[in-house]
Amino acid sequence: MRQMVARRLAFAVPVLVLVALAVFLLGAASPFDPIFQYYGVGIFTASAAEVARVRETLNLDAPVLVQFGQWLGGLATGDLGHSRSLRQPVVEVLVQRVPWSLLLAGTGLVLALVLALVLGVLTAWRQGGWLDRAVTATAHALEGLPSFVLALGAVAVLALGLGWLPAGGLTDAGAEPTFGQVARHLVLPVAVLGVSQAPWLVLHLRASLLSALAEDHVIGARARGLAEHVVVLRHALPTALLPLVNLLGARLPELVTGAVLVEVVFSWPGIASAVVSAGLDLDFPLLAAITLLTTAAVLLGALLADVAVLLLDPRVRADG
Amino acid sequence: MADITVTQTVPSPAAPGPGWRSAARRRAGTPRGRGAPVRSRVRLLGSGGVLVVLVASALLVPWLAGLDDRAVDYAAVRRPPGPAHPFGTDEAGRDLLVRSLAGLRISLLVAAVCAVVSTVLGTVLGAVSGLAGGWTDRLLMRLVDAVNAVPHLLLGIVIVALYRGSVLAVIASIALTHWTSVARIVRGEVLSLRDRPFIDAAISGGAGRRRVLRRHLLPAVVPQAALCAVLILPHAVWHETALSFLGLGLPPHLASIGNILGDGRDAVLVGSWWIVALPSALLVAVALAVAGLGGSWRDRMVPRRRSELAL
Repeated sequence: MRQMVARRLAFAVPVLVLVALAVFLLGAASPFDPIFQYYGVGIFTASAAEVARVRETLNLDAPVLVQFGQWLGGLATGDLGHSRSLRQPVVEVLVQRVPWSLLLAGTGLVLALVLALVLGVLTAWRQGGWLDRAVTATAHALEGLPSFVLALGAVAVLALGLGWLPAGGLTDAGAEPTFGQVARHLVLPVAVLGVSQAPWLVLHLRASLLSALAEDHVIGARARGLAEHVVVLRHALPTALLPLVNLLGARLPELVTGAVLVEVVFSWPGIASAVVSAGLDLDFPLLAAITLLTTAAVLLGALLADVAVLLLDPRVRADG
Repeated sequence: MADITVTQTVPSPAAPGPGWRSAARRRAGTPRGRGAPVRSRVRLLGSGGVLVVLVASALLVPWLAGLDDRAVDYAAVRRPPGPAHPFGTDEAGRDLLVRSLAGLRISLLVAAVCAVVSTVLGTVLGAVSGLAGGWTDRLLMRLVDAVNAVPHLLLGIVIVALYRGSVLAVIASIALTHWTSVARIVRGEVLSLRDRPFIDAAISGGAGRRRVLRRHLLPAVVPQAALCAVLILPHAVWHETALSFLGLGLPPHLASIGNILGDGRDAVLVGSWWIVALPSALLVAVALAVAGLGGSWRDRMVPRRRSELAL
């Protein structure tokens, strides 16, 4: 197993370098000149000498591979450059925003998992019943519904219509981020993220539990006359959960995607909403850093999922 | 062992697997899926019908009825749905039904182009990968892993941000992220096909590698690839909608559903829920219809697979 982890980590390095290089090449081929973004309207009043000096500081005229090399060198020393849209070092942006994103995505994932476990087991248990039909139909509909529509709907009904929860932000305007404040503002985004991620998991758990229920060891458990809940929860469910762990690792990119949209709608101060503003403002250093960071997170998540399967299932061999 | 419980209650030798019945059903002794053929027929006709109606109205209605989706009417701003405007009007008094249909047309066109481009790309790379094997295969599959490791919306944002305001950038950003699943599927198909007798026959008949690929392998993977293209369609619509909603997608004059929803975001905050709810209902209808078609297709494939297993 140690070998597998080492191999996967070794594979991650070229992937990350490749992703960073691709982002840089795309940036170099872009028809936009970052200097205009940096100055905004001020470009019309700035003197040519000053513009040239800024170009020099931002290192805009070096060949792309040189820029890439310098960026990689900076990465090694923990210097990721300067975010041009937020006017602060990229590292600082990440340090400020990553915890909030992790909080949102983590609790959202937990909620989605809980929903998937409860609904997946209930629907497979009573396959064809009214709950099964209702949940499956809702899940299919939610799969087709963009998560930002769900978010806007939740804001319209729960925040504006009923006034139960705040519509967005991390705290009330001007308030300190205390536990109570953040928790109250976290409820709606997490609910939306969890509900939008859950359908896929519910449907997969339902399908894999249904096929687990037809396996020999489950039939054996039934033949021994065990109670229904023991058969389903103790004999079938563990078998059905194994593929789910793997799928969860593969699902992480979707979680990031969902988090981007939810953060934007709820003005959540995480990295995902920073990506969008960076994209709108052509903030290249920030875009590159966040792309790399999320790719690393996804690779790490997939690795953790595989290790978990390896630990949970003795039949799986690491050298596969 | 597994067959025992099944044959007890059902006379036909149904295979185990997804066909397991709940304990309550089994006790009641009702055969599984009495209404199943009817239901699958309803699903096929229903989703096909919905899709045909939506696509036809998106393509034809504005053109036939001579309705202009950009006709502004400041006397009727943010009207709720009513007889004059079935979907209501938006903040410039434009009729939302006409606007949504025009938006659906743009969304579907962009998505169709994306689906075709990514399917062709995936098919070619997957076929090359499966046929060449060795280092080519390994490199291409690692490339697939690498592309899959980047969250697709994020990659899309990067691409679109750097080439803002062009339809081509949106298409590229979707096509470049969606070919990987097609490549995987086609590669698997090619791997299973290339040891079949008809390939050996072609090779012993003197066909070169390229001819085998073009005349024998690619036609055999076309059905799979076509199914992929259909299934990519809702994904592509979704992707384009998300990008446009974030303000990074299609330029504003091409009002896709995503642009309409992005405009409607502020409208929701002042209570005009229909500006977001009704256009997105169209999106959901399209997604469900395509999923229903894909599902019936897969169900049709099952009997074939079962008979193959029985042989």
